[in-house]
Amino acid sequence: MSRFEYAPAPESRAIVDIKSSYGLFVNGQFTDATDGKPFKTVSPSSEEVLAEVSEAGPADVDRAVRAARKAYEKVWGPMSGKDRAKYLFRIARLIQERSRELAVLESLDNGKPIRESRDVDIPLVAAHFFYYAGWADKLEYAGAGDDPRPWGVAGQVIPWNFPMLMLAWKIAPALAAGNTVVLKPAETTPLTALAFAEICQQADLPPGVVNIVTGAGRTGQALVEHPDVDKIAFTGSTAVGRAIAKAIAGTEKAVTLELGGKAANIVFEDAPIDQTIEGIVNGIFFNQGHVCCAGSRLLVQESVYDEVLGRLKRRMETLRVGDPLDKNTDIGAINSPAQLAKIRELSQIGEDEGAERWSPECELPSQGYWFPPTVFTGVSQAHRIAREEIFGPVLSVLTFRTPAEAVEKANNTPFGLSAGIWTEKGSRILWMANQLRAGVVWANTFNRFDPTSPFGGYKESGYGREGGRHGLEAYLAH
Amino acid sequence: MRKTYKLYIGGAFPRSESGRSYIVNNAKGKFLANASQASRKDARDAVVAARKAFSGWHGRTAYNRGQVLYRIAEVMEGRHQQFSAEVAAGEGLSISKARAVVDEAIDRWVWYAGWADKLAQVVGSSNPVAGPYFDFSLPEATGVVAVLAPQDSSLLGLTSVIAPAIVSGNTVVAVSSYERPLPAVTLGEVMATSDVPGGVVNILTGSASEIGPWLASHQDVNAIDLCGIESSDEARDLEIAAAGNLKRVRRPGPEDWSADQGLSRLTQYLELKTVWHPIGV
Repeated sequence: MSRFEYAPAPESRAIVDIKSSYGLFVNGQFTDATDGKPFKTVSPSSEEVLAEVSEAGPADVDRAVRAARKAYEKVWGPMSGKDRAKYLFRIARLIQERSRELAVLESLDNGKPIRESRDVDIPLVAAHFFYYAGWADKLEYAGAGDDPRPWGVAGQVIPWNFPMLMLAWKIAPALAAGNTVVLKPAETTPLTALAFAEICQQADLPPGVVNIVTGAGRTGQALVEHPDVDKIAFTGSTAVGRAIAKAIAGTEKAVTLELGGKAANIVFEDAPIDQTIEGIVNGIFFNQGHVCCAGSRLLVQESVYDEVLGRLKRRMETLRVGDPLDKNTDIGAINSPAQLAKIRELSQIGEDEGAERWSPECELPSQGYWFPPTVFTGVSQAHRIAREEIFGPVLSVLTFRTPAEAVEKANNTPFGLSAGIWTEKGSRILWMANQLRAGVVWANTFNRFDPTSPFGGYKESGYGREGGRHGLEAYLAH
Repeated sequence: MRKTYKLYIGGAFPRSESGRSYIVNNAKGKFLANASQASRKDARDAVVAARKAFSGWHGRTAYNRGQVLYRIAEVMEGRHQQFSAEVAAGEGLSISKARAVVDEAIDRWVWYAGWADKLAQVVGSSNPVAGPYFDFSLPEATGVVAVLAPQDSSLLGLTSVIAPAIVSGNTVVAVSSYERPLPAVTLGEVMATSDVPGGVVNILTGSASEIGPWLASHQDVNAIDLCGIESSDEARDLEIAAAGNLKRVRRPGPEDWSADQGLSRLTQYLELKTVWHPIGV
């Protein structure tokens, strides 16, 4: 079958005005860092340098924490919930007004397709601020007792896979509950957080309520270990989560950790096949597979293995890999050279351990960081590609015969973030959902998110929930 | 007649595999008994028993777990005198004060029994997502919970840390008060005759400082309650060990065992599972 040729449909980047350099956002102002070296943030699809960004050292982090403490004690803490709500509603509106600009900026800095940043990330960001805005004056109804109190200063460290969405997940509930925040975006994707700092200025948010410190691991560590931070919220790898849990042992700090995953996406023989194939594709190729809850282990009932694999490969042949700003693009760029190296290494290990690798024929751009959608068959549970989080567009396929075997295999992992079930049989869905040790279970769908819906993991996928009433509780002492 | 006090692991009453025991005196320093001194191997055996019991206990209906917890209270009532004597001797209370403590411990089991079938309604939710999906969140037990029980309150404190863990379907490995272990052993005997499946509650008498590190670093333990650890350095080390598999940690802090316990210990050992399904015809 010959392939349709699509004309490119690029989103204009004229709407975005990127400055050549950015400082830190502390106490309502952009300021220079005093003890770190500036670094560059590049577009992973073109390797173009987008801007120079400041690295916050311990002294800068200290300055931000002091600003947050002062704002907490003098302004934000004493403010009525009703007034805090108005600020959050206003921020949500500003995000909607600037949604196109934010989507383009996100795709430029992160490499994700504009189709996703425009239709998923940014609308969800606004929705989170709207949802939590409404909680600010209703805290006594949140299930955290009659007299719920904020922790104080929240130190938040977020990853590069959903830069703006993770910011919203962290900042919206923290502010609604009455905390002030110091947030560190990932070093490869700081630009939308800095745009958000501008939005805080436009919303007249009191200085110090939100502080943004850019930098890498050293900056994050200084924030986590700062003695005047009351609550830590981290999303990222299990290894760093473990280090954070150790670092704050013996302190009074409250903590929530949203860590890695290795989700089983389980397909039964009676599954609605077309939706299932779309669900598998969405499960592992959404956001280039840079998703902690990605459905990276496909478990297919043996009786439909050939059909599912055949259709999946056919569907994968239609995926378009390329320019993130092209509205036709399904799979964008890998976020960084380091991540690309990790995906390549684990894929090589998959081959070395005897699994069979397949990718559709596709031409990858010559500039930037790219990895084709990939599927491994003949994978056993002991293979590293079936155990470790690859965080890329790489799917491992295993098989099962009975529902009990599917449960056994799905749960055979130290992670427990998410799982998928595909079957037309309702009672089996509910039985499976009960058996699976995972914080989010998608039945006949995958990778759905909503501000009203709690998200978070079992076991080594971390503790605490984000989203919904439960996400708010994580920012209230009780 | 002098009683032999043993460990309670997997529904049986073994002596410590280490063959060790230690002298238990009353509050005035007079000999009461030789208690088994559990070793790290006993702790590992107890974790194996607790893991084995988890799916069955967790799989029971909330109604049934509530019935079993209430049954514990009933059986305790029948041994009121023995508990009172052991609490009085160990904690140095008058017999009438000790009786009041036992009453309170029994009441606490009853209070938690009632939570079994209310947790999902109070802690769970149905989520109004912006799309055609039915989406609900349910609390679930986290797994095997290690409990380093309070050193001072040998029965009421012990009850207050075990009951909130098991009512939701977790299984427990508890290390009793070192100086006052006898009510814990008797509580194990109550468990064995209260329709609590073997392995759901395992009770080790011995030193929390000795056994604690092995439980804190155990890869098959999901959560740990450090309330019986009095040294803050020791608590910090245990917390560091617990980070190995990202255990849910309950830090030590001031506790009033006679006060209303609230929900925080109950919700500490819960996971929240959110299930999505499309809506359509």
